[in-house]
Amino acid sequence: MAREMMFAEAIAAAISEEMERDPNVVYYGQNMAMTERDPFLKKFGKNRVRITPISETAEMGAAVGAAMTGLRPIVELYMAEFMLVAFDEAINEAPRLRYMSGGQVKVPLVFKAGFGFAAGWAGQHSNCTYHAMMGIPGLKLAIPSTPADAKGLMTAAIRDDNPVVYLHHYMLTIDKGEVPDGDYIIPFGVADVKRSGTDVTIVATAWMVKKALAAADKLAEEGISAEVIDPRTLAPLDVDAILTSVNKTGRLVIVDQATRHASAAVVIAAEVAERGFQSLKAPVKLVTSLDATIPYSEPLESYVLPSEDKIVQAVKSVLIENAAAV
Amino acid sequence: MQTKEDIGKDRLLWMYNQMVRIREFEERVKRTFVEHPGVIRGHTHLADGAEASIVGALSTRNDDDPVMPSYRCHGYPIVLGTRPGRIMAEIYGRRDGLCKGFGGSMHLADPAHHFPGASGIVGQGIAHATGVALTAQVKNTGQVVYSFFGDGSSKQGAFFESLNLAAIWKLPIVFILENNQYQAYTHISLEDANAAAGDPLSKKAEAFSIPGVTVDGNDVLAVREEVAKAVARARAGAGPSLIESKFYRFSAHGNAITVPPVPTQFPQHEAVEVYGRKAEYEAARASDPIARFRSQLINDGLLTEAEARRIEDGARAEMEDAVRFALASPFPSPEEALNYVFA
Repeated sequence: MAREMMFAEAIAAAISEEMERDPNVVYYGQNMAMTERDPFLKKFGKNRVRITPISETAEMGAAVGAAMTGLRPIVELYMAEFMLVAFDEAINEAPRLRYMSGGQVKVPLVFKAGFGFAAGWAGQHSNCTYHAMMGIPGLKLAIPSTPADAKGLMTAAIRDDNPVVYLHHYMLTIDKGEVPDGDYIIPFGVADVKRSGTDVTIVATAWMVKKALAAADKLAEEGISAEVIDPRTLAPLDVDAILTSVNKTGRLVIVDQATRHASAAVVIAAEVAERGFQSLKAPVKLVTSLDATIPYSEPLESYVLPSEDKIVQAVKSVLIENAAAV
Repeated sequence: MQTKEDIGKDRLLWMYNQMVRIREFEERVKRTFVEHPGVIRGHTHLADGAEASIVGALSTRNDDDPVMPSYRCHGYPIVLGTRPGRIMAEIYGRRDGLCKGFGGSMHLADPAHHFPGASGIVGQGIAHATGVALTAQVKNTGQVVYSFFGDGSSKQGAFFESLNLAAIWKLPIVFILENNQYQAYTHISLEDANAAAGDPLSKKAEAFSIPGVTVDGNDVLAVREEVAKAVARARAGAGPSLIESKFYRFSAHGNAITVPPVPTQFPQHEAVEVYGRKAEYEAARASDPIARFRSQLINDGLLTEAEARRIEDGARAEMEDAVRFALASPFPSPEEALNYVFA
């Protein structure tokens, strides 16, 4: 059975179901569960659902210690930028402690945060920082684009025995979609073909998947068949799925809301350059944010972000004869 | 106040033995830099001078109470029952090391002995310890967490955030601030507002409305007394306390930072090397916590000179064995480096 749910509801459903299943799952963060009316508090009580002060280092650091000793904490961080305040915990503590102990401990936790809020949140609340968490051995990174994926990846994140950064895109919060009921797990490291096509591969994540699909619709009207692939997790990254698609289409456009050199796109491009060079009929094309802090005013913001039109243009540029010369 | 009679001779001698074992172990680590140059890599931090503080605190533990130290972490597992040879082998980067050579001196861990692991980043272990206390509270285990950290750590955000969180959640934890007077190479008067104002560092507890007390960290029984009170409070569900245990670190912050192939060694203590305070350093050495406890026990008729020597000889032999064991242990094979990345 499946039912229609908003993206945010799908995440909450996964957390709620896992908390029912496993008494070791605890959920805490700032400004949550403030009154007795809170559904999580009602269901799971004050011991497992907690309000924290605005103290990311303590919130994330305590999660590390709790995870080392048998809990499975989910830390509600709201905005990915807030994690930067305590980045040591995400990058230099949670993923390292198991390794440094020679495998004696595990650190199963979820750092949950929204990101990419391109709705006038300006310079410090709408950037993309996931690139910094991609190559960290021991750290997993989920970045869903649909309500069903949001649920399946959150379930997998909570059950994973490793630290997971779970990033949900703010612009997808109220998007609706069919979400399977009950146990629904999407394994990490398995990309999803969101649309099949033969002429060009478009790799995108989160909100950019939506834009890529809209661009693919437009391109279809012009007789161009685009395949849209969503890696769904950036760590581990399903490079094989991307290579398989590129092997079929011969052309690759990577859409990423991050700025170019701080994007996941450059990593994907490098993997394809090394392992899929023979398949390519044209240079890989990146559609990323322009190199600016996200500005406040709407026309400025739109100007720097990837858009449907920019994706369409990029696809056309790799499809023309002799694309390498362009 | 517990008298020596209350504590009992066996426990007192156990405490003396643990203090001597820590000192002897750290002496052997230090000597390794001279006797086996190159065997210890990276940065190593010693606990000599901290013995009364460590043992006084840990003597109040229940068997399953977790211990979360900083990167200066050799002393605690020795008391918890970890085999010293496995600690030494870890410091030497060997396969039989506590962490199979993956962690080294700063990142010891022995969860089987209730030591989940140490972070090398100053102050972050305080937040981790707070999380260990969260586990104890959520699972209602009855455990109290011992969080040890240095005076330098008490200026980290992790310290302030963790004490506030532990206080608001009434977590079962005791924060033990080991004030050894030097934040790495910097004297405390230059970096701590309380110290600069002539106040004890335990004053920081007032900011969180929790008990804060300063104790003579060279007096093993005084440390035990204060930690016991804080542990009882935490175990009763009344929340955390802050204890400033004041003593003097006898070795330099760590071995000198050199670039291979230049061999590294322990320099003189910062007091002498950096600040030229030879008298301060010598006075500190003269009030050695181990010598102090030894003569106390002898004066009270609880220890004879012969018994004391037997304990000291035993520790010396044990740590000699630890060095031998560690040197004989093979290195891990290179391809093992990809183990343990993910669970």
